[in-house]
Amino acid sequence: MQCEICKTRTATVHLTEIVNGQRAESHLCQNCAQKEGVTIKSQLSLNELLSSLIAAHQQTDETSGSEKSRRVCPECGITMEQFRKQAVLGCPKDYDVFETDLKEVIEKTQDNNLTHKGKVPAQILNSSNARPENHDKIEELKKQLSRAVEKEDYELAAKIRDQLKDLS
Amino acid sequence: MRLTDLSTRTSQWFDPNVPLSDIVISSRIRLARNLASHRFISRCDDKEKQSILQTLKEIILSLRQLGDIAFIDIAGGSVLERDLLIERQLISRNLAIGRGPRGVVIAENELFAAQINEEDHLRLCVLAPGLNLDKCWQQINRIDDSIGEKIEYAFSFRYGFLTACPTNLGTGIRVSVMMHLPALKMTDQLKKLFDSVKDMNLTVRGLFGEGTEAIGDFFQISNQVTLGISEQKIVEDFQTLIIPKIVEYERIARDRLLVKDANILDDKIARALAVLKSARLISSHEAMFLLSNLRMGINMGRIKEISIGTINELFLLTQPAHLQINKGRPLNAEQRDILRAETLRAKLN
Repeated sequence: MQCEICKTRTATVHLTEIVNGQRAESHLCQNCAQKEGVTIKSQLSLNELLSSLIAAHQQTDETSGSEKSRRVCPECGITMEQFRKQAVLGCPKDYDVFETDLKEVIEKTQDNNLTHKGKVPAQILNSSNARPENHDKIEELKKQLSRAVEKEDYELAAKIRDQLKDLS
Repeated sequence: MRLTDLSTRTSQWFDPNVPLSDIVISSRIRLARNLASHRFISRCDDKEKQSILQTLKEIILSLRQLGDIAFIDIAGGSVLERDLLIERQLISRNLAIGRGPRGVVIAENELFAAQINEEDHLRLCVLAPGLNLDKCWQQINRIDDSIGEKIEYAFSFRYGFLTACPTNLGTGIRVSVMMHLPALKMTDQLKKLFDSVKDMNLTVRGLFGEGTEAIGDFFQISNQVTLGISEQKIVEDFQTLIIPKIVEYERIARDRLLVKDANILDDKIARALAVLKSARLISSHEAMFLLSNLRMGINMGRIKEISIGTINELFLLTQPAHLQINKGRPLNAEQRDILRAETLRAKLN
């Protein structure tokens, strides 16, 4: 294909521009494209973009790596590295502390499932020791709790559970 | 309850007088639970383990629905006692070899066991002979509720019951069915079966042997996924789909053997009986292997004079810890092989 501007050299730069929904293609040689300021800009920015991406990637890798090995559960003192070695966690809080890393492990071992379906402990749904004056409020909260669980809004469910605990 | 009371009789989960028991030995459901207020076992010192043990032991022993129950201290028990409980499927090897305060509450009928301070704070287990997972689930669910009313379990709405290992997360349920599949083995169809079982996210493991290698063609099929599927769904799939299908395959294999290879089958059964009736020294491995062939022979109507009850009993009585506890003293391997052969001759002749 010939360059659309000089009509002599072979077109090696192929541009597709979409202006107002209209697609326009132009085929230029290296020289003409340079004169038009097209290739130089895009090539440079692409290189810049790539190297900055790699640098950023390396940086996040380094920081997250050191953060990972440094991150210790305040409750039981375990690190992710220790978990990987012994395959058991140190305390229930670890599921929050190492949430991101554990997500991967859980997905892999649990056939990509990430949310609980099934039984909820009797104590949470059954506030039989509740003071009588709180009865109506508790009933309402229980309804809200079931709805939150149904909608998989676990943050809300946890809040309602805490309120229920306070009333019991 | 004394352990010597257990060691002379057959476990109730080995009862042959229930439907399908020629192929399905027993059903079992286990729930893994942890207390919200404590760290998981790997991070507990002995003091914390003792406190967990005390709390759970008191709660479970106070439950009225369990009938006659007793606590057995595993940390203080002898190796033989621990091995006996392993052979009777009441505790895991993990609990036996663990460290620090730990124990098990078992029902006198051996259909309930609560292991305390195993990998999780609490491992509840309910068993039944044959295929009866519905009943197991109803029972264990009620027991779990009764305990859960008295104590706060580690639980999150997102991940369900929080367990020491993420492989038990969510429901914490492990449904296991123990099956005797000698005809599938004889017709070389086990690999095919296990491959398809694995595709369904299930685990197969040999019963009396280590790892997946089964001695005597007994296999335990269990669920692997515990998160994102409800307990009822897992139980229902096992009870109505998975296990009936495997039973059907085993039956077809048995029928085929009778039509095509009756001579080979009868030879195998007769040789098993001959050796078991006359051996003077027999290893545990060989006894399991031959008893399995004999069990198949009786269930297929090729041998009439011996009952399945006797064979099931022998499976337990010829295990190493059973032999020694019933003899009243520790025995070395050769002494055990002699006593095992004597026990078999006495019951089969």
